[in-house]
Amino acid sequence: MKNLLSAADLDRDEAIAILDTAARMHAIQTREVKKLPPLRGRTVVNLFFEDSTRTRSSFEIAGKWLSADVINVSAKGSSVSKGESLRDTALTVAAMGVDALVVRHHASGAVHRLASWVDCHVVNAGDGTHEHPTQALLDAYTLRERIKEFADRHVVIVGDITHSRVARSNVLLLNTLGARVTLVAPPTLMPSGVASWPCATSWDLNETLSGKSHGDVDAVMMLRVQRERMSGGYFPTEREYAISYGLSPARLDLLGDDVPILHPGPMNRGLEISSAAADSARSLILNQVQAGVSVRMAVLYRLLAGAEEVTV
Amino acid sequence: MTGARVPADSPTGGSTPQSTILSAADVGRVVDRIAHEIIENTAKSGFEAVLLGIPTRGVPLAKRLAARIKAFADVDLPVGSLDITLYRDDLRMRGVRPLGETIEPDGGITDRIVILVDDVLFSGRTIRAALDALTELGRPGAVQLAVLVDRGHRQLPIRADYVGKNVPTAASQSVRVTLAEIDGTDGVSVS
Repeated sequence: MKNLLSAADLDRDEAIAILDTAARMHAIQTREVKKLPPLRGRTVVNLFFEDSTRTRSSFEIAGKWLSADVINVSAKGSSVSKGESLRDTALTVAAMGVDALVVRHHASGAVHRLASWVDCHVVNAGDGTHEHPTQALLDAYTLRERIKEFADRHVVIVGDITHSRVARSNVLLLNTLGARVTLVAPPTLMPSGVASWPCATSWDLNETLSGKSHGDVDAVMMLRVQRERMSGGYFPTEREYAISYGLSPARLDLLGDDVPILHPGPMNRGLEISSAAADSARSLILNQVQAGVSVRMAVLYRLLAGAEEVTV
Repeated sequence: MTGARVPADSPTGGSTPQSTILSAADVGRVVDRIAHEIIENTAKSGFEAVLLGIPTRGVPLAKRLAARIKAFADVDLPVGSLDITLYRDDLRMRGVRPLGETIEPDGGITDRIVILVDDVLFSGRTIRAALDALTELGRPGAVQLAVLVDRGHRQLPIRADYVGKNVPTAASQSVRVTLAEIDGTDGVSVS
C-alpha cells in the first residue's frame, strides 16, 4: 500500500491487517518503554492546513513511538500564509527527503491532488467534507473490540452526513468489513449523492433506533453538529435539532443495553448527544480516543516498514 | 538469504528430495531431553527461569517444554511469547510483515533466567532481534537459547544452550519443522 487517501483504498484483507496490527500496537502501549524501532531513520511530516489537536497529536505520537522522526508543519505561520500554493508547499516539503506526508486540508479532494504530485507516501488525515480514513479505522477498531464481528452487524450513523468526512469514510470501511450501515439525518443534512453510497438512509431516528424500520441495531455513531458550518439554515434551531436528532435519555432506552455508542468528538453535549448517553457504560467515546494512537501506528507501520513496492 | 523458519506451505524449491530428520516420536524424545537439561541447569537457581517462545513455532515448543518440566520435576516455569518482527534487521527487505503476539510471562523477566525457545537456529539474526526485543521487557539475570534444530550457517556470534538435533545442511536447503499444534503433525525434514 503506497497511500491511504480513502477508506475505499482498503480491501477487506488490508483493513483487517491494519486492525490486527493496531491490536498488537495497543498491547505494547501498556509497557514502560513504548518506543519501537521499525521506522528508525524514516521521516514523517504532518502537513496540516486545518486546525486539529487530536488527529495531529496522535499521528505525532504514533510516529515517535515507532522511532520515526516527526515534523509538524501547520499552515499558520508557514509559507502557506505568505501565499504559497498547495503544490509548491507539497513539493518543497517532499524535496527535503521525507518518507511520508500526513495531510489535512479544508478542501475536499486536496489530499488526492497532493498525492499525485509527490513520490512519498501520503496519508489523508481529513480533507474537507470528503474523507477521514484513519478515523474510520479507529472507529472500526473500537467497535470490533466490543462486537467482535462485522458480518451482518447493523451500524446506525446519525447527524450531519453532508458535512461529515467521518460518515463517508465509515460507510465505505464498514461496508468493506461486511457490516450494514443506515444513515439518519434531516433531509437538509443528507448529501445529494447518498443514493449511490453502499448504505440505507432514514429521516426518522426513533423508528431506526427501535429497529422498526431498518432492523435491530448493533451500534450507534453520533456525529458532531459542526456549528461553524451551520450558517446555511439546515435546521430551524439547535433546540429543534436536539429534539429530533439528539441521542436523548429517552432514545437511549430504545436501544438494547449492550449497544455501544460512538462519537468522533469533540462532542456538543445537549445538542447531538446527551450527557446520559455520552457518560453511560455503553459509550465507547474514550476508547475511540485511546485507539487513535494504536491505529495510526498500524497505518504508518503498514505503509512505511516494509520494502518499497515496485511500481510498474 | 532465506529465513530461518520455512513455513509449512512454502515450495521446497531445490532439486534435492525431502528427507526426514526427526519423526514425530523423535520430536517427543528430543523435547523430553531438553526439558531434563533445563531442569538440570536451572535447579541450582531454584528454578527462577521463564520460557519465552518466538512465534510462530517457538511458542508451542515453549509450552511443551513447560509441560514436560512440570511432569518430570513438578516445577511450573512461566511461559510467554516474544514477537521479534519489529526488531528484525531485514524489515525493509521485503513486504510488510504481520506482527505476532508478545505475552510477558507471569512475574516478568527481570533477574530471571530467560530461556528463548525457537524451532530452527540458522543465521542467528532472529535471536539477535530477540535479544533486542528482550531489553524492552526488562533486564534478565541471564538469557539462554533452546532450539529444536541447529542447521548451522551462523552469520552472528550466537550459539544455543539446548539443541534438539544438529543438522548439517547446505545453505540452499530448507529445513521444515511441523508441530501438531500448528501443522497437525510433528516432524522435521530437509529438502
